[in-house]
Amino acid sequence: MCLALPARVVELLDGDMAVVAFDTVKKRISLALVEDVAVDDFVLVHVGYALHKVSQEEAARTLEMMVEAGVLKDELEEISA
Amino acid sequence: MKFVDEYRDQKLARTIAAAIAAEADPGRSYHFMEFCGGHTHAIFRYGVQDLMPENVHFVHGPGCPVCVLPVGRLDDAVELAERHGVILCTYGDMMRVPGTKQRSLIRAKADGADVRMVYSTLDALKIARENPDRQVVFFAIGFETTTPPTGVAIKVAAAEGLNNFSVFCNHVLTPAAIGHILDSPEVRGFGIVKIDGFLGPSHVSSVIGSQPYEFFAEEFQKPVVIAGFEPLDVMQSVLMLIRQVNEGRHEVENEYTRVVTQEGNLKAQALVNEVFELRKSFEWRGLGTVPYSALRIRDAYAGLDAEKRFELSVKVSKEVKSCECPSILRGVKKPTDCKLFGTVCTPQNPVGSCMVSSEGACAAYYSYSRFRDRKPADLEAVE
Repeated sequence: MCLALPARVVELLDGDMAVVAFDTVKKRISLALVEDVAVDDFVLVHVGYALHKVSQEEAARTLEMMVEAGVLKDELEEISA
Repeated sequence: MKFVDEYRDQKLARTIAAAIAAEADPGRSYHFMEFCGGHTHAIFRYGVQDLMPENVHFVHGPGCPVCVLPVGRLDDAVELAERHGVILCTYGDMMRVPGTKQRSLIRAKADGADVRMVYSTLDALKIARENPDRQVVFFAIGFETTTPPTGVAIKVAAAEGLNNFSVFCNHVLTPAAIGHILDSPEVRGFGIVKIDGFLGPSHVSSVIGSQPYEFFAEEFQKPVVIAGFEPLDVMQSVLMLIRQVNEGRHEVENEYTRVVTQEGNLKAQALVNEVFELRKSFEWRGLGTVPYSALRIRDAYAGLDAEKRFELSVKVSKEVKSCECPSILRGVKKPTDCKLFGTVCTPQNPVGSCMVSSEGACAAYYSYSRFRDRKPADLEAVE
């Protein structure tokens, strides 16, 4: 549960919320803990909150590692549950 | 995915492994504690230990949030769900952790208690809004990454006047736990556990920054390297630790500069400070009572504190005697030293908390390493 997953910001919503895309899964998350986030930025998402902005390269690297470790599927299932 | 390949490139791994082998002094041994369960998992998943020379060892630390929660607090959560009849919302990892007499939240749920697994505090708030005539408690656990999201939920509930929502707060602090381990008799006094340096947790540090580690790097003269979760990050960080040990340095270095800064996420820190304050002490599974190691909800938000809203009975909570989780969490024993490991206690049927979460040392050993040669752990630890 300590893992944070990178996602791309797809849409900014009211009340510090946003829609982000993890791979194929879209999810409403909170931007209450970060500042100056724009559409197409990448953020590290942890339990429904963006914790940090990250570069696209860092996002790609982390996702690939999680695919290889076999944990991405589980994490995405948990997110979409 | 060019960058990914670069970070897991076998040649690069061999180059780092060769540098480690060349620089590790055969005349001494190196014991590095990886605090974070995510690192424990990566070390096992990728077989990083096998790439190390024989005198470089990993000591697994207590950085698995469900593992360190004492049985008594879990029993309190079960009581909230069963006796007080609340809707108890919890992160998934917590569901199967056995409490006293092996009673877990999932068993309470099977017996009719309203326990709901949530992905986020946002979901718990939603449940509270949808059930205005029910009390909804969020069972908050975790280190510095999960604390700010709990803080946001408390502020949102206060702003909305969501009076049926409250939080059972069990958030704990990484630096306090590391300091406590370094100060423990096993490390400081008897030398049963040898620790020459720490791999610092990456996502926790993205929130608190690298600065909080500077105190004990100095006080205990132990190097700290904040490491990313990639196997090559871990190896590179080991090399940085070996260099510090060899040169007699004890500094905080940051291998994970891609995400971690010295000051961390200031917005999240400000929010945590506004909503929470330090507890004088808190009980940890394995570590015992650790001063100033956990957070409670400030008086300004006392109305949202489940410990104040509900009366919790004083109970005699018991761990299974033969379960070695407490020693494993302190790095004193290894999972394979436990009689229950892999026989009575498995991920399908966990007896102790370290076997429940994939970040627990026992679960990591079971998944990736249970067929390795067993050797008496103390041999390595005493040396």
